[in-house]
Amino acid sequence: MTMRIFVPGDSGALAVGADAVAAAITAEAARQELAVTLVRNGSRGLYWLEPLVEVETPAGRIAFGPVAPSDVPELVAALADPSPRGEGPPRGGGGAAPFTTHPLYLGLTEEIPFLKRQTRFTFARCGVVDPLSLDDYKAAGGLKGLAAALALAPEAIVDQVTQSGLRGRGGAGFPTGIKWKTVLAAEGSRKFVVTNADEGDSGTFADRMLMEGDPLILIEGMIIAGLAVGASHGYIYSRSEYPHANDVMAKALAIAERAGLLGTDILGSGRSFSIELRIGAGAYVCGEETALLESIEGKRGQVRAKPPLPAIKGLFGAPTVINNVLSLASVPFILAEGPAAFAAVGFGRSRGTMAVQLAGNIRHGGLFETGFGITLGALVDDIGGGTATGRPVKAVQVGGPLGAYFPPALFDTPFDYEAFAARDGLIGHGGIVVFDDTVEMARQARFAMEFCAIESCGKCTPCRIGSTRGVEVVDRIIAGRDVDANAALLADLCETMKFGSLCALGGFTPYPVMSALTHFREDFGLLPPNGRMEAAE
Amino acid sequence: MSQSRHGDDRTAVEPKDLSGAQRDELSAIIARFETVEGATLPILHAIQSAFGFIPPAAAPIVAEKLNRSRAEIHGVVTFYHDFRSQPAGRHVLKLCRAEACQSMGAERVARLVEAGLGVTMGETTADGRVTLEPVYCLGLCAVAPAAMVDGRVVGRLDEAKAGALIAEVAP
Ligand SMILES: Cc1cc2nc3c(=O)[nH]c(=O)nc-3n(C[C@H](O)[C@H](O)[C@H](O)COP(=O)(O)O)c2cc1C
Ligand code: SF4
Ligand code: FES
Repeated sequence: MTMRIFVPGDSGALAVGADAVAAAITAEAARQELAVTLVRNGSRGLYWLEPLVEVETPAGRIAFGPVAPSDVPELVAALADPSPRGEGPPRGGGGAAPFTTHPLYLGLTEEIPFLKRQTRFTFARCGVVDPLSLDDYKAAGGLKGLAAALALAPEAIVDQVTQSGLRGRGGAGFPTGIKWKTVLAAEGSRKFVVTNADEGDSGTFADRMLMEGDPLILIEGMIIAGLAVGASHGYIYSRSEYPHANDVMAKALAIAERAGLLGTDILGSGRSFSIELRIGAGAYVCGEETALLESIEGKRGQVRAKPPLPAIKGLFGAPTVINNVLSLASVPFILAEGPAAFAAVGFGRSRGTMAVQLAGNIRHGGLFETGFGITLGALVDDIGGGTATGRPVKAVQVGGPLGAYFPPALFDTPFDYEAFAARDGLIGHGGIVVFDDTVEMARQARFAMEFCAIESCGKCTPCRIGSTRGVEVVDRIIAGRDVDANAALLADLCETMKFGSLCALGGFTPYPVMSALTHFREDFGLLPPNGRMEAAE
Repeated sequence: MSQSRHGDDRTAVEPKDLSGAQRDELSAIIARFETVEGATLPILHAIQSAFGFIPPAAAPIVAEKLNRSRAEIHGVVTFYHDFRSQPAGRHVLKLCRAEACQSMGAERVARLVEAGLGVTMGETTADGRVTLEPVYCLGLCAVAPAAMVDGRVVGRLDEAKAGALIAEVAP
């Protein structure tokens, strides 16, 4: 009997040596004459444990991690030890298998609290299946949503998505069903479905992880979107910074074409849909939907004025659905399990699950898919385990480079679009970046302005020029020159950017800047809001 | 800020003529995308992967084939951070400078690498071995700080790993 061993091929795992671990397992298994089938799965999203090696046992998959190549000989020896084989993990009763005493043994993967506490709708298969096996995909519930959609009229598909309450996961939280309805109703000799996979926000990696771990779900979601709005061609616009994801995605597209999932006769239904993968060229602003469309058309990635909405006049002038990877990947679940199952979890107007990404200086960094409504503090402290350095948390930036910095005093904020907006923040694409008490918040404000200056598309003056001025003003504050006057100037500048910018790059850069200035006044050499320095107390 | 896409004057590079073989290669690349709608970026990516950069002399040829003006193609090439108008070093080392990596000491790593290679961000070593570039997020934010060396990803960078990277690209 051959033993199935899983070593992720996810970039996050590769970045910490997964390939070397896989090679060591193959070599060591051969040396110890253990018959092994090695599967390169996606990541489970428990990045502090990567490379996370899993082994199939009769009781379920068991995990070891983080595994270094030097751990492998001992690990393989433990797995090869035949004594009480087949008994599974010790807590399940029976004789303890020898591998259960291995120092990296984590027990049943599904029982690891970080994973067990999640609600995985979209990432249910990620890290579980072989990403490029259509059989695995089907065996784990894949294509059920598409089968359901093929039996429905376009209006009925759109209705289901609307009823689910799904809101765009790219940041703006716009209701997906309403967007689709507009495209369905729009006149056009052709229509397009575009996936926004330009995941540029620091602290986010959910799109990448899904494209690497379960690429077929995105393909299924896009086909359903095509059926819903009457489009027969789609594009995935990904980024050049994601070579592994792009490679997996390209292979998955080829597999889907060969299997007749894509093409002129989707699963024998007579309907057609094709998908092209396009790669950006290093421009953050191309994540903005209209800049992205310009980029696919072969132009500079400059933001278009709206209206017209892309839903009416989008790619090549045709009605276009443009959605984030996670929005489209949520759709197969909705069609397969019904909109009510999706809407059953969530908070207020934020329905379903959110793939929260815990990043930066955090002990348990990774992907945590959960219903909206969990508090920021629960995510950072309970689930994330506080900082990786063990120092106190000073600030967390939520929602990427355009998101606000929150101090622990705001940790009671529920993860929800409206709740964050009410506190001058945003959840964006769900990234949370944790900083310990060594961070200097004036420097973070400076970086926000600098990033805006580097990535501005150049169309509006407040964004293009204002951001460069912003860097200079923060520099003067850091140097301690006319701090009060310069802080006031910075606030003015932020107002100008907020109201004079065409898109959220210029318009939201004030969020990180002003939140730093408001919540961390001391870091700017200003008196705290109560007017007294703590030291003076 | 030399990285900004405004006021960066890459036309200063002397346009060198392409050899006959290079012209043929260029034509073949463009022909491959004949049926592709909006082929400009795919073509530019293919040119850069074949030549290592976008030779200034290639832009007018691409423009003609795509029925666009030279200025438009030049505008596209200069807009995107990825496209180079000069060849890079033999190795390209990209260090992530974005927030999640900052929170784990990316700035210290960057200074270390700059000192080790004797260049600053955006420069190529005098011997042409290494180009050091900033990148803003590699999606490895949970294993920060992160880097990419010739397409290979590296996470949890610390002093030792940064040293090993330097030794690898500039032995
Ligand atoms: C500067 C900027 C960058 C953006 N980057 C992304 C991105 O990387 N991915 C994404 O899905 N949306 C991004 N957006 C939001 C898109 O404009 C758009 O709202 C989204 O693609 C719509 O899809 P959704 O409704 O499924 O979220 C960005 C917006 C701005 C202003
Ligand atoms: S705000 Fe900035 S990025 Fe957005 S359109 Fe204006 S100049 Fe371009
Ligand atoms: S911020 Fe560095 S990899 Fe995301």
